[in-house]
Formats: sequence, C-alpha cells, structure tokens
Amino acid sequence: MSTVPDNLRYASTHEWVQVDDDGIATIGISDHAQNTLGDIVFIELPEAGAMVNSKDEVAVVESVKAASDIYSPVSGEILEVNEALLDAAETINLAPYAGGWFYKLKLSDASELDKLMDADAYVEHCDAE
Amino acid sequence: MGQHTPLYQKHLDAGAKMVDFAGWDMPINYGSQIEEHQRVRSTAGVFDVSHMTVVDISGDDAKAYLRKLLANDVDKLDAEGRALYSAMLNENGGVIDDLIVYRMSVGYRIVVNCATRTKDLAWMNSHSTGFDVALVEKPGLAILAVHGPQSREKVCVVLDQGQLYPVKTAAIKLLANFSGVELGNWFIARTGYTGEKGLELIFPEKEAPAFWDKLLTAGVHPIGLGARDSLRLEAGMNLYGHDMDEEISPLAANMEQTIAWQPEDRDFIGRSAVVRHRAEQAAGSMPRLVGLVLEQRGVLRGGQRILCDNGEGIITSGGFSPTLKHSIALARIPVNSHSCQADIRGRLTPVRIVKPNFVRFGKKVFE
Repeated sequence: MSTVPDNLRYASTHEWVQVDDDGIATIGISDHAQNTLGDIVFIELPEAGAMVNSKDEVAVVESVKAASDIYSPVSGEILEVNEALLDAAETINLAPYAGGWFYKLKLSDASELDKLMDADAYVEHCDAE
Repeated sequence: MGQHTPLYQKHLDAGAKMVDFAGWDMPINYGSQIEEHQRVRSTAGVFDVSHMTVVDISGDDAKAYLRKLLANDVDKLDAEGRALYSAMLNENGGVIDDLIVYRMSVGYRIVVNCATRTKDLAWMNSHSTGFDVALVEKPGLAILAVHGPQSREKVCVVLDQGQLYPVKTAAIKLLANFSGVELGNWFIARTGYTGEKGLELIFPEKEAPAFWDKLLTAGVHPIGLGARDSLRLEAGMNLYGHDMDEEISPLAANMEQTIAWQPEDRDFIGRSAVVRHRAEQAAGSMPRLVGLVLEQRGVLRGGQRILCDNGEGIITSGGFSPTLKHSIALARIPVNSHSCQADIRGRLTPVRIVKPNFVRFGKKVFE
C-alpha cells in the first residue's frame, strides 16, 4: 500500500504540497505516483525564479515505463529546485516525501490550497482511479 | 480476469505487480525493474514465460512442412535438441511471427509468441494441407527462462537436489549454445532473450510451483516482463509487433541473417517476396533497422519520429538501458542515413547510429 501522509495537500494529478509558516510550498509527487510510474531514470525541473500558475506543466519525469508531465498544484514564484535529483532521480522512488521533493515555491494565492485534497480524499481518489 | 500461468500465485507471493499481457495476468515487476535487470546481468534471474505457445510437430512430412513454412531452414538442425530462430512469413514477405524451432524426438517443437497464438495456429494449420503432419498444441507445460552468469550452475544445483527430477545435469552442463536436451518429460535448452548465458526449461506445469520455490531458495531472482523487455532491447533482439510485423519485410527488421537463401530451390512461403525485397535493398529503397544511442539525458521511446539527413524514420523500440545508464533504441530509418535527430516530445535531440546490439554478457558491445 502507498503511504499518504496526513500533513500534505494533494492534487488529482498526484502532486503533493507542504506549506511552511512563511508561505513557502514544497512540491513533489506522491508515493502512489512513483509506484505507478516505476523506476524513475531522469527528471527535468523548472528554473528557479520562474513564475508558474497552478496546473502549468513544470517538470517531466522519465521512468522505465513512460514520460510523465508534472503539473504545479499551486501558483507562485519558484525559489529553489532540487538539483540533486538531476543525478539521482531514483530518490523520487525511494523517498517521495523527503529527498524526492521537486521544487519550492512562494505561494501567490494561498486559497488554492483549499482546492487540493487532504489525505483521506486523496486515498479515495487513488482507489477510484 | 485474465488467464493464469501455473505460477500466478507464486508471482503474487513474490510481490509482483501484475498487468494484462495479451489476455494473461503477468508480472511486470516485483518492485524494481532496474534491480531485476541488473540481477540478470550480474547473477541469475527467472522469467515465467508459460504464456507462450508450444506446438509439437510430428509426422513423416514434418521436416518438409517446416521447410515450406519457415524462412530459416530446419535442414540445419542436424541433431536432436538443436534450435533455430526463424521468421514465419506471409506471401508478401511480411512477418507473421518470429519463433524458435527445436528438433525433438517427436519431430519438431515450435515456441511462438502468446499475443499471436490464434493467427499463428490458423496459419500453420491452413498450410499443413497436403503434408503428413500432426500439429499438437501443448498447453499443459510451464516455460521458465533462467538467465544470467550464474544461471546454469544454479539450475543444476536445484535439479541435483535429492533426485527429484528426471534430469541428469551432466547433459545440461555440456549443452552448446542453441541446443537442448530432452530428459524425461523435461526439455532444457540454451536459448533465451537477454544476451546472457541461460537456459529455457519446458516441463509439466504441475511441477512448476515447487521448482520455482527451489530456484528462489538457490538465489535466483524473479524477473518481470519489464526487465525482460529492457534486457532484450540491450541485446538488440526484436520484439514482435514492435520491431516487425506483417507489414514489415525481415530485411527491414535486421533479420536477413535468419533467412536461409540456400538452397535456391527451397520454396518457403514468402520467398519470392523477400527476393524482391532484396533487390529493393540493393537499389537503396528498403529501410533498415539500426541501433540508436542517446548519450545525454532523456529517453527514446517506441513511436518517436527520427529525422535523418536522408529522410524520416521511426523508433520501433526504445527505453533506458540500466547497464549503459542512458537511453537506447531500435529504429527503422532510410538507408545511407548518417546523422539523425529524435523528436522527443517535440524537442529534436541528436542521436548516434550504431549496430543494433548494445550489450552482451553484461558488457557494452558497440563502438
């Protein structure tokens, strides 16, 4: 079974968001997503400084199975990307909620978080897929 | 629910992720495809390929029939147990299927792909008219492929345990490549689809679960269809329905060496068509199947367009090579192409053309 931490918000396209006290969001993909993709071999990440809108394609994950677009679950300015993944994309498989984070973003509209799912709703969403 | 091999429960027990494969519930991986791939390259792994179709061919005309049916020539099989890879062509010289044929005590045994079973059997039956042959499908068999540098030694360890099997392992240790041996109702051959040493074992399905358990206890790892595909791609081996099909000449699928052109009076099905294809090839109008290498980031995948200095081609099979740590592909491109770019999701990326053979015995083999 996939892990679905309670303290995160989830998009229907399987990204997670964690927001700290300063309004900085960290974004990655769920355990369910990495498990479905299979072994991840390459990743393309956005540029720090870029402004993105929610649902924009911001990254590409190449797994043994397929290439998959990653959509930003929230809008804002990208502050930092996880460059360690460029040479170690398998970290996304091994630790999707820790070392496998994709990028950090300064939220421009905190109300977007309300449109995302909590853990219970996300589990139901995965079961229904 | 799909069809199940005799090892279905064993796959679940080993943590397999199951997928539908041509109507069969088969393991795609048992956790990590890349780890499984590397197990086969470094130690030993076992694949359940019991979904494949086995047909035994007997009768006075079995040889004459197969010399008509197959593009390769079973006359080369000069002793029992010898194996031959061949295409089965239609009249237009398209590939109906690729297969392995073994010479057996009963006559011959053919192993064809699972996804093509129905049309293969129909084709084989319809062309048996006038030959004294019996075609008997053998559904009650398990087929395991055990591959990797330690595969033969580990299989022999299991078979030697307590006289459980009607098999003398001395005969297995002596097997040359592309040859097999019948031991009771077991058939064991040095054939496979990985580019590593290994064995394929065909035996009664009721014995499969216990044998599987013993292999795993001996340190042979279960390997899913995902790694089977990346291993065969590294070995430059074609996959039916991807690298060739009924619309593709074997000459455009790197299969020229599997056609027995001699003797010239052997009238196999599709002969006149492939003779014509050979003339087209000489005239430079027949595309060829090549290897492609992408040494930068990104993954080549089946269906991507290839733009060459000499026209356009297509990737027939592509993926990440766990051995080489970059992407490789098989692609059908115009002859005399020297430089190519792959259209990877709209981005043109230069790729290098190599011989379609990337890894043998765990090592890179192209320049």
